[in-house]
Formats: sequence, structure tokens, C-alpha cells
Amino acid sequence: MAISKLAAPELATVEIQGFTRGAFILRAALAAGSVYGLQTVAPFVTEAFAQDEAGDVEILNFALTLEFLESDFYRSAQGLSGEVAALAKTFGDEEAEHVGALTKAIEGLGGTPASKPNASFPNDGQAAFLKLAQTLEDTGVSAYNGAAPRIQSKEVLAAAGSIVQVEARHAASIRLLNGEDPAPVAFDQTLQEGQVLSAVEPFIGA
Amino acid sequence: MTSRVLTEEPPREPSAMEELATDAGSRKRFLKMLGGGAAATAGFGLLLSACGGGDDDEDGAEEVEISEGPDPAPPSAPPPEPAADVDIVNYALTLEYVEADFYDAVIESGLFSGSRLDLLKVIGDHELQHVEALANTVGILGGRPVAKPRTRFELGSAAAVVELAATVENLGAAAYLGQAGNIQSKEVLAAALSIHTVEARHAAALNSLTGLPPTPDGAFAKPATMAQVLPQVSPFIVS
Repeated sequence: MAISKLAAPELATVEIQGFTRGAFILRAALAAGSVYGLQTVAPFVTEAFAQDEAGDVEILNFALTLEFLESDFYRSAQGLSGEVAALAKTFGDEEAEHVGALTKAIEGLGGTPASKPNASFPNDGQAAFLKLAQTLEDTGVSAYNGAAPRIQSKEVLAAAGSIVQVEARHAASIRLLNGEDPAPVAFDQTLQEGQVLSAVEPFIGA
Repeated sequence: MTSRVLTEEPPREPSAMEELATDAGSRKRFLKMLGGGAAATAGFGLLLSACGGGDDDEDGAEEVEISEGPDPAPPSAPPPEPAADVDIVNYALTLEYVEADFYDAVIESGLFSGSRLDLLKVIGDHELQHVEALANTVGILGGRPVAKPRTRFELGSAAAVVELAATVENLGAAAYLGQAGNIQSKEVLAAALSIHTVEARHAAALNSLTGLPPTPDGAFAKPATMAQVLPQVSPFIVS
């Protein structure tokens, strides 16, 4: 990547392979977050779906791709101990449950669940794990909050809300372990869409 | 789906908040008093975009000016948005008032110091920002913000206070989740969701201080209806 200063370099270490629309948007959202900071993720996702006039199935498939990624991340973690290992197990199990629920929801709407993307993560010890975990969970919150207002079905919205609350709880717990404010701002989505769009255009145009 | 619990409350005296809603001068002083930090004004900007204004505002001062734009409609005028959204935002506002008062009392209690006090101050400040943004949103939707309730909290030991704080935050997160499907306006929904996940973060942090799991409901957080939430809040409300 030509840009020398990354706002969230740990996001740039996550690689996702996959050709579904959800995988594409997620890759672009992570790229936007890594370059411009996490506060760009929600507006980017909002805009990505607004431009497509995406339906609930597509939004759910995006969420599914995200949950596959998070689930893989926790499952592939190595060398953790104590409280961190216990939390990683619990949170990983919860992400796997999200995968299952989203898959069912997509099928319930008559859609085809996205296939699991191949993702790879660095394994650089517990401190690096916690740092990336924090970024991924904060990104997840932002991504859900960006996509959720586009959801048509009240039932799907309720499910997404129930999941994003758990993502936020994960994020806060991990932030505490990192010695950071569990809730860094009073509003989890802080930028307006228009401000961010031009910044992430290189990724949309790809 | 149209919840009207709040409209069944007895008539209230006009509150300080209602004065703020109708008087631009006192609103300006109030906002100045609150400090109008970057995060708060970002919230304003988000909420203001609901009525088509404030697309290009980037700093706090400008947004505060915009918030003083058209005065909220008198109570008899029909609201420009479905009434349900006003009711829901007023409900959220009531909860946030209670939360903000609670942290005020906790911080003044002298029960906490060091990093715990710092955390409680940060959380209390978030609740104040939520109050501010929600009161503003009610006005934008053409409604009248509910009166600030008078509250009372029994603050015993520090441990009991942290437990109560965790209870309040878990309830708050459930309350927001319970309304997500009822909100009509996408902009109001986006704002509510952005507050919802912050309440969830508070809840998880306070849970961890009390030894509760960060995700007590497991992988899927449970919502709570107004009918479930209000009886749990009413013990803290004097009038």
C-alpha cells in the first residue's frame, strides 16, 4: 500500500479472500478503517449499501462475512493465557453463534448465505492479539451500526441490534484489558457520510 | 407497534428542559455550560441531519447555531414525523436523565477515587451528551422534550453503587434495543443505535467491575419493552 501512515495498521494485516459482495464490502471497509481510522467504517458501510439500494439479504450476508472473520480470528488465536484465553473462547463461541443465526436468517428470507471467506491473521503474541481484537470488535460495531438503518424487516433489525450489542460488549471488555476507555466516545458513529465518502473513493472504485 | 406509554403520564409542569426547548437564549447558555465538546457536537450533527440541516457543519459552534433554528412547534401543532418517534426519543431522554443524575450523585458521593472515579466520570459525561442530543432531537421532530425528572438514589457502599450502575446500564442497553424496531426515521434509528452500543459498552465495563460476565445474555442481547423498563426506573424518580 502506497500510503505510508496508517491510522489502524493492525487492520491492514488482516487478509480476506472471497468474491462475494459482502466480502468485497468488508475488505473495502477494513481498508478504509486501516487508512483513515475506525470512524470511517460506519459511514463507508452506510454509503456502500445506500448506493446499491441493497436488500436485507445482502446486508445480512455482509454481516455474515464479518462474523466469519471474527469467529476465525478468535479460533485461530494461539498462545493466550489466563483471562484473555477465557475471554477469547467465550467471544469466539458467541461469534460462531452469530454465524449460525445469520445463516439461518438469510435462508429464512430465501437468500443464499455467503461462503466463508479465507482469512488470515498474524500470530504475534497476546498483546498483539488484544490490539487486533479491539480494532476488529470496534470495527464490527461500526459496521453493524452503519448497515442497520438500511434494514427493511423489523425482525432482521431486531436480530442485528441484538448482535451488535454483543459486539459492543466484546469491544468494551477487550478495551479494558488493553487499559483503554471501554467507551471512547458518547456516540459510536461520529462522522457524517459525506465527509468520509471522498476519503474512501479509491476503495469503492476498485 | 405504536407505543404510547409516555403519553399516559399525568400532565407536568413545564420543566427547565421545556424552557430550553422554546427559548433560544437559555438553550445557548445551557449548551455553553455543557461544554459542547467534539463528540457531543458530532452527535448533534448526526441528529440534525435528520431534518436536512447541518450537512456541511464540521465544528461545534456552527451546529449549536443550527440547533437554535426554527423554534419547536407549539404542543398543539401536528408533528412533522410520526408521533411514535417523538414518544420513543422522549422515553430515551427520560432514561438518560436518570442515568446522568445517577452518575452526578455517585461522583459527588465521595465513595470513589482513582481510575474507578475516572471511569464513572467518563460514563456520566456520555449520559449528559445523550441527554443533550435526545432533547434536541425531540425539538427537531416537532415535539416537546419531557421534563427532567427529579431523582433520588440510595447510595450505600461503593460495591453496591457499582452493582446498581451495572444494573442501570444493562437495562439502558436493553431499553434501546427494545425500541430499534419501532423507530420510523432512519436518521433517528442511526442515532439511537449509536447510543445503544455505547450503553452496551458501559454495561460491559461495569459488569466486569462487579464480576458479572460482559455478555450476560450470551451471544444475543435481550431487548426490554417500555412496560418492562419503566417500573425498574420509577423507584429512582421522585416526581
